[in-house]
Amino acid sequence: MRKALLATALLLVPLAASAAEGEALVDRSWPHEGFFGSYDKAALQRGFQVFEQVCASCHSAKYLAFRHLAGIGLDEAQIAAIAARYTVVDGPDDKGEMFERPARPSDYFPRPFPNEQAARAANNGALPPDLSLIVKAREGHEDYIYSLLVGFEEPPADVEVPSGQYYNRYFPGHLISMPPPLSEGMVEYADGTPATVPQMAEDVTQFLAWLSEPHLETRKAVGLKFMLFVLALTGIFYAYKRRLWAKLH
Amino acid sequence: MSGEFVKAPFKNVVLRWIDDRLPVLSWAYNELVIYPAPRNLNYWWNFGSLAGIMLVVQIVTGIVLVMHYTPHASMAFDSVEGHIMRDVNWGWLLRYLHANGASMFFALVYIHIFRGLYYGSYKAPRELLWMLGVVILVLMMATAFMGYVLPWGNMSYWAATVITNLFSAIPIFGDTIVTWLWGGFTVDNPTLQRFFSLHYLLPFVIFAVVFLHLLALHQFGSNNPLGIDLTAKDKIPFHPYYTVKDMFGLSVFLLVYGFFVFYAPNAFIEPVNFEPANPFRTPAHIVPEWYFLPFYAILRAITFDFLWIVPAKLGGVIAMFASIFVLFFLPWLDTSRVRSARFRPVYKWLFWVLVVDVLVLGYCGANPPEGWYLVAAQIATLYYFVHFLVLMPLVGKLERPLPLPTSLREPVLGAAPRPQPAE
Repeated sequence: MRKALLATALLLVPLAASAAEGEALVDRSWPHEGFFGSYDKAALQRGFQVFEQVCASCHSAKYLAFRHLAGIGLDEAQIAAIAARYTVVDGPDDKGEMFERPARPSDYFPRPFPNEQAARAANNGALPPDLSLIVKAREGHEDYIYSLLVGFEEPPADVEVPSGQYYNRYFPGHLISMPPPLSEGMVEYADGTPATVPQMAEDVTQFLAWLSEPHLETRKAVGLKFMLFVLALTGIFYAYKRRLWAKLH
Repeated sequence: MSGEFVKAPFKNVVLRWIDDRLPVLSWAYNELVIYPAPRNLNYWWNFGSLAGIMLVVQIVTGIVLVMHYTPHASMAFDSVEGHIMRDVNWGWLLRYLHANGASMFFALVYIHIFRGLYYGSYKAPRELLWMLGVVILVLMMATAFMGYVLPWGNMSYWAATVITNLFSAIPIFGDTIVTWLWGGFTVDNPTLQRFFSLHYLLPFVIFAVVFLHLLALHQFGSNNPLGIDLTAKDKIPFHPYYTVKDMFGLSVFLLVYGFFVFYAPNAFIEPVNFEPANPFRTPAHIVPEWYFLPFYAILRAITFDFLWIVPAKLGGVIAMFASIFVLFFLPWLDTSRVRSARFRPVYKWLFWVLVVDVLVLGYCGANPPEGWYLVAAQIATLYYFVHFLVLMPLVGKLERPLPLPTSLREPVLGAAPRPQPAE
């Protein structure tokens, strides 16, 4: 079994190594990492503010329903209040007409553009990716998202940046179509935290991590019980096996 | 099978009534309780039953996943990532059990195969047992490949494209066959739906072949680390000795499985597969799951035309299929009459070189086929075939095996008989 693990590890090394093409990412530790890591609910809620007020103007999050926000620690009243800020199209009604109504917790977060063509038309031909799984869909995961958000800088003298593109230290190829999304103080945090760019990047990265893996906390909690139970079982079976087989020799 | 068929000694009247009319209980009693197993099996013999358990886990989690999954090109990704992973109660657990289960299943089976290679478990009279095992491996590969396509992520899509395109290497009929496999002129909804259908069917075919595998196993019983034929005195009843030992092995395995499912559930999944299938966006590196990497390396190692007749692409496809197909002939390629590598001083080394060779192939398979990776893959591919087609027949003839013990008592207690306590 040890050999099998070693073999697995060996086979995984190249996969992990291939992630490190280009600039080394900002290597941060995240509260939800590790065996006992869990989400920082305050950071998730701040991150949702950043998502809602900044990211969501161009990016969709098609798998996010308002009801899911219970996962970042909001209660029913708060969720209903957030949903009520949005209007969704429903219908058809008895006359066959579509109509608009305030969103309910069961509705999904509205998308900024009705379709891909509209999104591209509004963004210089570039398609802002859906953010539902973005942390899992990028090599480097949380570190990559954070690095990208704080990685906008003046281009080196020898790099010419075409109009509609921006220089980002961590984006593969460095030329990205997304303008620098964050600027100091652009979000007023409900909890009074000063909204610096690194702070907002950190918060929204954690929110997006949650959005990619909403059941992480349940998973680790169940995992701990499972591992302890199986560990005990292993001990019992080992002792039983030893006793049983001792009679043979 | 081996030995007399014994009626199960039930005291319960109902059980006896049933067993008299339908002797399944007696059958289970013979095959799982009193079935004589060698007393010297080591822990490498745990992996067969573990693989069998893993097959059941995959079937059970798969059946429940299908209750929530939608096999349609425009809905499959949403049903997995938007529905099962988020809204279905314990959906994330089912999905992680199933996805990581495939990796665990292959890991177990590969160890099981290498155990067979080391101890010569494929040799007479267990040739068919071994060949049925190779059939299971082939079926597993087909099943795993089609299962990987079902979430319809971008790596799913491109893996399906690359692998189905292999068949276009077939002369004359290649393109027609590929169109037939796809159900169209590109990988699309018809492809997904037939893969879904087959992914549901094949595990039950595997289950049936596993049954035959066990039938063949119980005909002569397990091989053992010494590779010699054991007498009844050197065997012990399967229950309780091996049932308990297997339970211990199972719980150790569950710790490894649990680690991946609960703490590193995405370790085997490429980030690209978290984006929906996109025919217009080819991933920078198309790589299969880790368990296919050695074969992928062999496929890409043939970069030259053979004798101006076989183009490189066809050569790669032939080499890849041959790397598995050659295993069918192993019982006859190995000319040694000694089973266990313990008594084969040369083959023992060759075995470990083969292990390293396959690991090198896997490493090359994960990297682009260029520069040293390609050279290494070509050397390793060549060695792989030399091992089976040249070294095994030759070494079996030329090697001088160590003297074999005649029974279990001998190596365990030493040649000189010691006073035995009354049993």
